Amino acid sequence: MIVENDGMTDTIDLRRESTLARGEVMGEICHHLLPYQTGEKPIVGDTVIAKDLTIDSLAIMDMVMELEDRFDISIPMNVVAEIHTVDQLADTILKLHARR
Amino acid sequence: MGLFDRHAGLLEAYRDVRTTGYDPFQIRMERVLSPTEAIINGKKTLLVGTNNYFGLTFDESCKEAAIEAIRAEGTGTTGSRIANGSYNEHVALEQEIAEFYGKKHCMVFTTGYQANLGVISTLAGEGDFLLIDADSHASIYDACKMTQAEVVRFKHNDPSSLDARLRRLGDRPGNRVVVLEGIYSMLGDSAPLREFVDVCKKYGAYVLIDEAHSLGALGETGRGLCESTGVLDDCHFIVGTFSKTLGAIGGYCVSDDPDFDILRVTVRSYMFTASLPPSIVASVRQALRVVKAKPELRKQLWDNVATLYDGLAAKGFKLGPEHGPVVGVHLPDRMLAIGFWRAMLDAGIYVNVAVPPATPNGVSLLRCSVCAVHTAEQLEHMIEVMTGIGRQLGVLGDPKLRVVGGTR
Ligand SMILES: Cc1ncc(COP(=O)(O)O)c(C=O)c1O
Repeated sequence: MIVENDGMTDTIDLRRESTLARGEVMGEICHHLLPYQTGEKPIVGDTVIAKDLTIDSLAIMDMVMELEDRFDISIPMNVVAEIHTVDQLADTILKLHARR
Repeated sequence: MGLFDRHAGLLEAYRDVRTTGYDPFQIRMERVLSPTEAIINGKKTLLVGTNNYFGLTFDESCKEAAIEAIRAEGTGTTGSRIANGSYNEHVALEQEIAEFYGKKHCMVFTTGYQANLGVISTLAGEGDFLLIDADSHASIYDACKMTQAEVVRFKHNDPSSLDARLRRLGDRPGNRVVVLEGIYSMLGDSAPLREFVDVCKKYGAYVLIDEAHSLGALGETGRGLCESTGVLDDCHFIVGTFSKTLGAIGGYCVSDDPDFDILRVTVRSYMFTASLPPSIVASVRQALRVVKAKPELRKQLWDNVATLYDGLAAKGFKLGPEHGPVVGVHLPDRMLAIGFWRAMLDAGIYVNVAVPPATPNGVSLLRCSVCAVHTAEQLEHMIEVMTGIGRQLGVLGDPKLRVVGGTR
């Protein structure tokens, strides 16, 4: 009985997690990056975070901590080092979130 | 791309700094007179930025011990301990530090930087997890670059942030190593160590604490934050340095782990660099005796901290969150911080200037470090000078206008 119940909650949880929409993740990332926008250039999927914006490496790591808590995941520092674009950051968040 | 092109941003910032006249990163102490005074730019200058918390660099007994050791055993060891062997003094120092903490093992390194670099990167290996405070010292960050472990940062001094990150690891196999500092080097704030230790116990994580700035300063007998918060037995690894309170150079790590000594043949920053010269080891051993014998130095230090911190706060300066041997004075931006720093040097007072990216949250700071042997007059003079400069630069409001507001 108990085992069955546990199985049920797992399935429900998984379905809920998989519904985390890319749009929501992108929105959250853009919200954090907005203060570092340069000129009129919009922040899009292939914006290179450290190059196209005025954000420094420490601020990037601080933003990552905020995103981690928002989506209840952890992004290891060596993974952060490999992320260059907004798209890559969103992909990483979605992947880690699905794996929770 | 040229070799230095990647540093273009930094070069530009550095150029800005130098336009103020002096280069804060290339100050020359023409002659050091005492723990609190030196000749800089031909002028007698008060030192309030040297981490010399107990003023032991000029302690007669420490100096004599070092001189005696040079006479007896020469100037250097010319090699590492695994190649050239240990001197009796190295072994004795390790025993004395282990005894001081009541731990079984101690390893001495040539600097505290190398202790952190080597120990942290070796303790957490492939398949393990290293969790570090966001405001960790550069030596801890550099250790993270060398390890194969997964590294995650948690919010500065926030046990719930650490808790969330340990929880997310779930039942993934691998050791969890949490790295903390006793007193943080920029703002002088202490970790809520008891709460951190509770979180670590909950998840079975190892605790490593760097007591670089808290050795001597905190705890009944000067053992640091682990002592003052009563969790010495729960800290699996304690790292520290001889370069601040003990007035020399070198680093150490103590632990009760029965297999600790394996680090002597695995930690590369121990194995592949020359060991401390006999004179340094001798002066450190003596400095440790002084720390034990003169608890009044700790009281003098905290009395001086109160004088400086409360004095500056009363004038309206924005400071770090709590009393500490490091007093960080917040300034609105980089150029103001550098201008302020330079005006202080012109007025004969040396402090450190700390600007992004070397500071947490992009803040610009004047970083002052207090010494037990500063006199109250020296510190009161400093407060007066800083207040004058603060008004001149518009960092502090007009005192006549401030009377009404009262508090900060
Ligand atoms: C927190 C912290 N850890 C380690 C170190 C390194 O100490 P050392 O000067 O012995 O290399 C320092 C000093 O720079 C420090 O502030």
